[in-house]
Amino acid sequence: MDPTWVFIGVFFVLAPLLAAAPIVIGHYLGPHKPNPIKNDVYECGLKTVGDAWVRFKVQYYLFALVFLIFDVELVFLYPWAVAYDMLPTFAVLEGLLFMIMLLAALIYAWKREALDWYD
Amino acid sequence: MAFLQDPTIVVEWLRQLFLGWGLSPSLASLLLYVVGALALATGPLLWVIFLIWFERKAVARIQDRLGPNRVGPYGLLQPFADVLKLLTKEDIIPAKADKVLYWMAPILSLAGVLLLWPAIPLGKGIGGNVNVAVLYLVAVGTLSTFAILIAGWSANNKYALLGAFRTVAQMISYEVPIVLALLVPVLLARSMNLQDIVAAQDVWFVVAAPLAALIFFIASIAEVGRTPFDLLEAESEIIAGFHIEYSGMKFAMFFAGEFLHAFTTGVLGAVLFFGGWRGPGAEAYPLLGLFYLWLKAFLLYFVIVWIRGSFPRVRIDHLLDFTWKFLTPLALVVLMVTALLDKALAAAGPWARALGLLVANGLIWLVVQRWLRGVEKRLEPPMVAQPGQYPVARYTPPEPQAAEGD
Repeated sequence: MDPTWVFIGVFFVLAPLLAAAPIVIGHYLGPHKPNPIKNDVYECGLKTVGDAWVRFKVQYYLFALVFLIFDVELVFLYPWAVAYDMLPTFAVLEGLLFMIMLLAALIYAWKREALDWYD
Repeated sequence: MAFLQDPTIVVEWLRQLFLGWGLSPSLASLLLYVVGALALATGPLLWVIFLIWFERKAVARIQDRLGPNRVGPYGLLQPFADVLKLLTKEDIIPAKADKVLYWMAPILSLAGVLLLWPAIPLGKGIGGNVNVAVLYLVAVGTLSTFAILIAGWSANNKYALLGAFRTVAQMISYEVPIVLALLVPVLLARSMNLQDIVAAQDVWFVVAAPLAALIFFIASIAEVGRTPFDLLEAESEIIAGFHIEYSGMKFAMFFAGEFLHAFTTGVLGAVLFFGGWRGPGAEAYPLLGLFYLWLKAFLLYFVIVWIRGSFPRVRIDHLLDFTWKFLTPLALVVLMVTALLDKALAAAGPWARALGLLVANGLIWLVVQRWLRGVEKRLEPPMVAQPGQYPVARYTPPEPQAAEGD
C-alpha cells in the first residue's frame, strides 16, 4: 500500500471526527429547552406558508449539464497535459483541436441561450 | 541542528519510540499516520482562529472603523470569546429537519477543506507527495459544495433551499475555470504532483502564466463563496442563505470552514503560481520553506480580504455570465496558446520560456481588451437623465390663510 494513500485514508477518517468533536461538545454544553415556536423554521418572522421544498428552476439543470460536459473534457485533458513531453507535435495539435471543439460547444450553448439565468 | 536540516527525523524518532513500546511495525506505522494526521489537521484549525481575528480587523479598517478591540489587547482574544459563546449556545434543530443530513452538513463542510491539506507540499521533502494531487484537490474541493447542498436541503426552509441552489450553481460554474486554470501549471510542469510543480518553478509560474493565475484566483474566490461572490450568505437578500437554520457550533464549523477554505486557496495559489516553499535557503532548511509558503499564502489571503472589503456583491446572473461567457473562453484560449508556445519554446531555458509566455499572455490580454470595448459599444448607453426629461413634483406650501377676524 502506497504510504501517501494510507495517510490520506487515515485523514479521511480523522478529519470528519475532528470536525464533529466541537459540534458534539457544543451539543452537550448548551441548554436544551425545545419548544415548538423556537423550533419553527425561519421565514422572515412570519408563520411558514406551504411546504419547504420549492420548485426547481430548469436553469439549474442546464448549468449542471454544461458543467458536466466541460468537466469530463478537462478530465480527459489532464493526461494529455502530463504526457506533453512525450507527445509528437501532431498529438499536441490534436489536443488543441479537442479544445477548439469544446470552445465551439460553449459558443453554441451561449448562442442557444442555455447559459442565461433569466428565461 | 539536524532537525532543522531534515525534520523527518522526528518521524523516525517516534517510530523507534512506538517500537520500543512493543508495538508491531505495522501498528507503529498506523499510529505514526494517526499522529501525523492529527498534527496536519490541528495546525490549520488553530490558525483559523487567528485568521478570523485578522479578517475582522482588516475589513473593519478598510471600512474606516476599528474592529474588535475590547477583548484582550487589540481584540486578539475575540475569536476565543466567540468560540466560548458558540459552544454554550442551545442546539436548536428545526422542526421536521432531516436529522442525519442536518448534522452531516457542517462536518462535511469543514472536513472537505481539511482534506485538501495532505496533498500540499510544505517544504522540501515534507508535506504531501500525491501523484495526482491536482485532480485530488479538484475532487475533494467539491465536497464543500456538496455540504452546502445538504445543508440547504435538510434545513426544511425555503430560503435555505433557494440559497443552496444558487450557491451550488455558482460553485459548479466556477469549477470549470478553476480546473482549466489548474491545467496550465500542470502543463508547464508536466506533472500533476504538487511537489513536482514546485520543483519546476525555477521561474515562478505567475510570470509564465499571469492570466491563468488571475483566473484561478478569481474563480477560487467565487468557489469559496467570498465577497464579491457571496450570494450564499447575502445577509440583505436571503438572510443567511443555506445556513439560516444553523446555530451554535454547527454555524461555527461553517464559518471556520469558509475562512480556512479561503486561506487554503491562498496556499494553493502560492504553491501553483508563486513557487510554493521555494525561496532563498529553503532547500537546506525545510522549515524555512514552510515559513515562505505560509508568508506567500498569507499575502494572498490578505488580498482576498482586501477584495472583500472593497467590492459590492455581484448579482447572480452577472456572476454566471462572468464565468461562462468570459472566464471559461479566456481560460481555454490561454491554455491553447500556452500549449502551442510551450512546444515551440521547449528548447529554450526557463527564463526565455517564461518571458515568451508572458508576452503571449500580454497579447491575449490586449485582444481581450479590444473585444470588451467592442462589447461595451454594443450595449445600451447608461441612462443619464437630461434636464426636463422627467417631470418632477414640486411642493408648494399652501397659501397662508388670512387671520380670522372678529
